[in-house]
Amino acid sequence: MNTAEKYADERLMRSHFHPREAAWNVRDAWASWNGYKFAECYYDAEYEYFCVRNSCATYDICPMQKYYVQGRDAEAMLNRMVTRDISKLPLDRVTYVVWCTDQGRMVDDGTIFKLADDRFMLTCGSPCGAWLKMSAFGFSDVTVTDMSDHIAALSLQGPTSCAVLKKMGLHGIDSAKPFDIRHFPFHGDTLMVSRTGFTGDLGYELWVNPELALQMWDELYAAGADYNIQPFGEEATNMARLEAGFIMPGMEFNEALKTIHFEHDQTPFELNLGWLVDFNKPHFNGRNALLKEKERGPKYTLTRLDIEGNKPAEHSYLYSNKRCTREIGYVTSAMWSPAVKANIALAMVKTDCLEGEIWAEIYYEKELRQYNKAARCSVMKKPFWAPARARATPPPDY
Amino acid sequence: MVMKKYDAIIIGAGHNGLTNAAYLAKAGLDVVVVEKNDYIGGASTSREMHEGWVYSSASYVCSMLRQAIHRDLNLTKHGLILVPYLGTVNFGDDGSTLVDYPNEEAAYLELKRHSPHDADAMHRFQADLARYAQFIRKTLLRTPPDPTSLRPRDIRELMFLGKQFWALGEKEMYEYVRFFTMSAADFLEDYFENGLVKAAMSSAGIIGTALGVFSPGSAYILLHHVMGDVDGNIGAWGLARGGMGAISNAIAGAMQEHGGELRTNAGVSQVLVKNGKASGVVLESGEELYSGIVVSNLDAKRTFTKIMDRKDLPPGIFEKAEQFKIRGSSGKVNIALSALPKFKGLPDNRYIDRGGQGFTGSLETMERAYDCWKRGRWSDDPFVESVIPSAWDPTVAPPGKHWMSNFIQYCPPTLADGPWTPGERDRFGQAVVDKIERYSPGFKDLIVHMEVRTPHELEQEIGLTEGNIFQGELTIDQLLFNRPFPGYAQYRMPVKNLYMCGSSTHPGGGVSAACGANAAREILMDLKRPNTVPEDDFYDE
Repeated sequence: MNTAEKYADERLMRSHFHPREAAWNVRDAWASWNGYKFAECYYDAEYEYFCVRNSCATYDICPMQKYYVQGRDAEAMLNRMVTRDISKLPLDRVTYVVWCTDQGRMVDDGTIFKLADDRFMLTCGSPCGAWLKMSAFGFSDVTVTDMSDHIAALSLQGPTSCAVLKKMGLHGIDSAKPFDIRHFPFHGDTLMVSRTGFTGDLGYELWVNPELALQMWDELYAAGADYNIQPFGEEATNMARLEAGFIMPGMEFNEALKTIHFEHDQTPFELNLGWLVDFNKPHFNGRNALLKEKERGPKYTLTRLDIEGNKPAEHSYLYSNKRCTREIGYVTSAMWSPAVKANIALAMVKTDCLEGEIWAEIYYEKELRQYNKAARCSVMKKPFWAPARARATPPPDY
Repeated sequence: MVMKKYDAIIIGAGHNGLTNAAYLAKAGLDVVVVEKNDYIGGASTSREMHEGWVYSSASYVCSMLRQAIHRDLNLTKHGLILVPYLGTVNFGDDGSTLVDYPNEEAAYLELKRHSPHDADAMHRFQADLARYAQFIRKTLLRTPPDPTSLRPRDIRELMFLGKQFWALGEKEMYEYVRFFTMSAADFLEDYFENGLVKAAMSSAGIIGTALGVFSPGSAYILLHHVMGDVDGNIGAWGLARGGMGAISNAIAGAMQEHGGELRTNAGVSQVLVKNGKASGVVLESGEELYSGIVVSNLDAKRTFTKIMDRKDLPPGIFEKAEQFKIRGSSGKVNIALSALPKFKGLPDNRYIDRGGQGFTGSLETMERAYDCWKRGRWSDDPFVESVIPSAWDPTVAPPGKHWMSNFIQYCPPTLADGPWTPGERDRFGQAVVDKIERYSPGFKDLIVHMEVRTPHELEQEIGLTEGNIFQGELTIDQLLFNRPFPGYAQYRMPVKNLYMCGSSTHPGGGVSAACGANAAREILMDLKRPNTVPEDDFYDE
């Protein structure tokens, strides 16, 4: 037997873009996502992060889960599942959604693409086929198809991303507003482009038949050569999304269906996503529990913190006093933001303590010695990073 | 009509003048910055010198900008993004190349290819430099104490310095004192054996200074250039997106947000002194502006010999200013290119293009270039430090086209056989291009436009005496409590209500914004206003 095949079943799958990504991955720095081999970084995480903020860079979203939800009842079924009202979502538009258990605890977040009146695409970070099947129960005309392995998808993010797509020949892409979807003929097939992303910057996501994946990559990279295009991995993504204030499963929230301990999962209100919950639409999963949660107010609230000093408050507890004796919450993600030049964090803070003083007990290491210090935190009302170009239509060329 | 009286007039819209004004305005003072040029930024400026190309005409990279100030003035909101650039490649006389890769392992392996000994020694070298840097970094956003004063604040600050110094440990204290008087070459001799490694490491010791790699004092210049950081990575250098002008523009934005006023095309011909106190300025137009305080962002020599009446100064100050060591030694050649140049001896590695280029040669070549400077000439084989910001920054050149910044050490302030002429300037530029062409055949064919700047142009345009980029040599006789003159290191000048805030003051040259901020703190103290200047932010390092 071929020794290379001995462990074949244990090996990770390769993304449709893997041949190109492997060439770019100078550091051989691979992690995994949903069974796919996935780059932690390609050259240098900070360099890649700055490509996102300064020029443009691509992020492989092949491992992201994609489901077609089709049929006359598709809209009704999705509207029953997610907390947001998607019945008014226009054709060729994308919307950000969350869905919850009956107890109002968040299963996952994702996006819904309206591709036709009876055809939607749902994307999310973790597989949720079983939940979709359960959610479709009782609807007569709806089919759910897992497209995850059958659509190649690449996210292009950064200030020069629109210029690159224009150069690639996607005429009219500059008129796409945030969350718009456009379709372009592409070698006898269709290239779908949505103005979406996970970096808080100007950016697009490209969706194509896997057979055309490498061709699309090559054309995109040829167009982007003069715009400093560069692939970016998980580390840079995590930096960019934190600056934008976006939540991550396993960081800000624990997926409800994978939660063992009581209320170690979260409600949308706790995650400051109350604006995604629409009580005016027909019944949806978790409605009663969420109505109660809204009236009572969430116990914790996800909060953006600007923390003094420059030591990231990773894994810090939060206190209402400098002596760090009265605990009021915990940090979920933290970093030094190179673009904003601030020590930023997302944190779960007891809602009734948001108005008072907030102190983080920060732990750090210096040449094998452990240190800790209390740092004053201020609550930030707005995202740390929200450049005007991310909303401008047409966007600037850089 | 009653003439308006400002609380403070700041002369010169360089980045330090703007920082000073921003902090005074933040404290509620009514301030105006007057600038002789029709653009702001002084040596930290971006100018479109050829259609589609934006040059950082003078300073070109940034590492010392105090993060605490960036954060405190919210310069990101005012459009500033500092992007670190990747490591520099150094070119040796013999055609060898040494790449300082950003990845630690890769950098080690590259050094090992040149000298296994030096690859190991680099760890000790970097630890020692970081230790020295750590001490001096702590002084940047502090006012130097007067060692002859018994005022509690001076004693407190002296004790602070003493405490930090003691913390180095006995051996390092001796080393530190030696270090300040050593040459870069002697310092490096203790660590390295490979010629190109030594040359590459020493280049920071001569940039901007009229010293050679073998001159005592150049070791400190080396430290001055590596003690900066980008996001805590000590020694890293960054590019400002949009060029160095983005820094000045962002600081100006913060200043204006706090109510400060900016006037361009408003050169100052004279500082008004009344009853022994500075009381305003006379502009070149003849217009007079009045204020309680006058702050000069000009260098010390210019301030006291060009815009002050000698009889307004106490005895000896004019002479001190005349003798202030401010020797022009650098040139700058900005080149617009139709494509990215390719260099001999390098792999086709796109990341190397995104770092800098050091046309270093060897210690001997660098010293010979210094010899030429001493004789009032430029070298045909000068040290050139380059960077191609457009490889990263999409805002400074059209897509696919490039802008190359070339800094040249050395270039004399005047030539042996007379002053600079446009013809001589262009011949100097040609010598630089010829040198790059030797390492990048075909380079000349890529040139679309070129701006050559000798010390003469730097002085004429920016107002740096002799074109000295530090506003005065960074030698121990002109550092800390000796900068600019002994007894006047706390930003207060010999005339009451007159202050200085430029790089002629502590901590000296570089786009740090520290001089301007420190001066603002002293002014606010004198006015008994609450301090608006932040403390530096790395005390827990």
